[in-house]
Amino acid sequence: MSESTMKPLVSAQNLCKTYGGEKRLFGGSTQALKAVNNVSFDIAPGETLGLVGESGSGKSTTGRVLLQLEAPTSGDILYKGENITGLSKAMLKPYRRDMQVIFQDPYASLNPRMTVGEFVGEPLEVHKLAGSRRELEDRVASLFTKVGLDPSFMKRYPHEFSGGQRQRVNIARAIALNPAFIVADEPITALDVSIQAQIVNLFQDLQDELGLTYLFIAHDLSMIRYLCHRVAVMLRGRIVEIGPCDAIFENPQHAYTKALLSAIPVPDPDIERNRRPLVFDVGANLPPEEAVLRPVGDRHFVLEA
Amino acid sequence: MAPLLEVRNLTVAFDTPDGTVHAVNDVSYSLEEGETLGIVGESGSGKSVHALSMVGLIATPPGRIVRGEVLFNGRDLLALSQRELFEVRGKEIGFVFQDPMTSLNPVLTIERQIAEPLRRHFGMSASQARTRVVELLELVGIPDAARRARQYPHEFSGGMRQRVMIAIGISCNPKLLIADEATTALDVTVQAQILDLVRDLKKKIGTTVIWITHDMGVVAGLADTVQVMYGGRIMERGPVRAVFHDPRNAYTWGLLKSLPHGGRRGVTRLYQIPGNPPDLTKEPVGDPFAPRNPFATERCRTETPPLGEVEGSVAGHKAAAWYDLRAALAATQVQP
Repeated sequence: MSESTMKPLVSAQNLCKTYGGEKRLFGGSTQALKAVNNVSFDIAPGETLGLVGESGSGKSTTGRVLLQLEAPTSGDILYKGENITGLSKAMLKPYRRDMQVIFQDPYASLNPRMTVGEFVGEPLEVHKLAGSRRELEDRVASLFTKVGLDPSFMKRYPHEFSGGQRQRVNIARAIALNPAFIVADEPITALDVSIQAQIVNLFQDLQDELGLTYLFIAHDLSMIRYLCHRVAVMLRGRIVEIGPCDAIFENPQHAYTKALLSAIPVPDPDIERNRRPLVFDVGANLPPEEAVLRPVGDRHFVLEA
Repeated sequence: MAPLLEVRNLTVAFDTPDGTVHAVNDVSYSLEEGETLGIVGESGSGKSVHALSMVGLIATPPGRIVRGEVLFNGRDLLALSQRELFEVRGKEIGFVFQDPMTSLNPVLTIERQIAEPLRRHFGMSASQARTRVVELLELVGIPDAARRARQYPHEFSGGMRQRVMIAIGISCNPKLLIADEATTALDVTVQAQILDLVRDLKKKIGTTVIWITHDMGVVAGLADTVQVMYGGRIMERGPVRAVFHDPRNAYTWGLLKSLPHGGRRGVTRLYQIPGNPPDLTKEPVGDPFAPRNPFATERCRTETPPLGEVEGSVAGHKAAAWYDLRAALAATQVQP
């Protein structure tokens, strides 16, 4: 793989996001929670980085901070080598075009009062990229075709669509501005099993066609293995292991990664009957604050004290 | 021996402003004592609704049991009054629902909530119930049970709350435990612990279990028998190994094939089931999966296939299909 030698498209450098810890009115302070704690990684152009971990591990917050939907407490976000942390709204606008997001819940993320055509075309209008009404409609129609929706659906409202179709609408909007980078936060979790493969294939096709770079957040590890080039495993706000997909799945080093992988149910009764998940007590095995990621293989790092 | 549960021609509909939703259509099956039945299917397959309707837990209206019988220990549950059902629910049939965050009452202690069925069904005194609650919490693997029993739901993590839900479900030593997506909201590591716990409980108290899920992996590890539902119907049913290794219904086959199975991109492309889930407001005609089934025949579109024993497999392996999936696969050279 050549992406290791390429300049990264997106970099997170020592990102931290702390919630709470504010001073109370009468002295004292609320408890501070380090949702994201000193997280660093690079994503090469055209690469898919998977981010996995249990609920509360900080994987979604990492995605949100990376897009500056929330400001980081400290640390830097680099896009094509430029530091874009804390830029003003106006300064950030051109970067917003390049960096898009797809959320988990296709039911909640659409506006019920807009036709899906208006919804997909909205970013084009906001960024003043479509000249005439006609041109806008043409572009939206071609976006619909690209994500596998019939352009004649443009005039319909979200409630007329199934979950899989709604997620296609969300994807169409996300790629409307020809972004280079997409954060997909659990994009298939809420979908029916028979639809998940359709959407995963669509993600892959769009990457091949448009050269997209993904940060793919999920807890379904079998799909992560299928879709991603590299994987980062998060535990309580820290990356405990990061490396090429094969290295993580075939040769996991951190006890938490091992436990996580051993817990995936396998859809084969012969294997599943004999599977013994490893136990990992998070409370007793929290990574010490001074631990750092050390190399254990080619681009494969594990958090060690 | 008579089966513990026998469902006959259960049909459930909901009258909504958008029309009648045909949620469960002519579902029949039986369950032996001590058996674990895994029911798989996606939203709208009728897997949850059919279980809820068996014990009078769907709202009527809009819900309505069109016809059918549910014989539990020889008694038709659908013919019982609400008062009689109160005696069955919680006592003879225990439930564990999906969402541990919303199914517990936030203002009552865990002890009160587990004790409620014990006091109601067995008339236990407060102190008897307390002893039993601590026993149950220990059984489901909650450490420091006596102290934890006095705490409120918000003091428990998601996994711990689901253990509490299971403790409530098994509190009266039910003959049948129905779990509906009981581990779906949990992290995989916690899910693995809960599944171990259920296997353990089956060994210890011999409960019969219906485990409803959309996760084929969970069913592979837990169930003796698997039942695949789609569009309110049973598409295939049988011993897990037979169904997983030799599926005879195109939907079962598609579901299994669309999973990544450790595959890698570039090397393989995921098989995708074409189309979208069925619109249940349409009067069901024919095989509900026919519009998405590449192997469907003309007959599939007009006539509903019965659930029948399949040829060349083990006893109890049944599928609803007019087409011969094995022959169709061999003819198209598609790898199963």
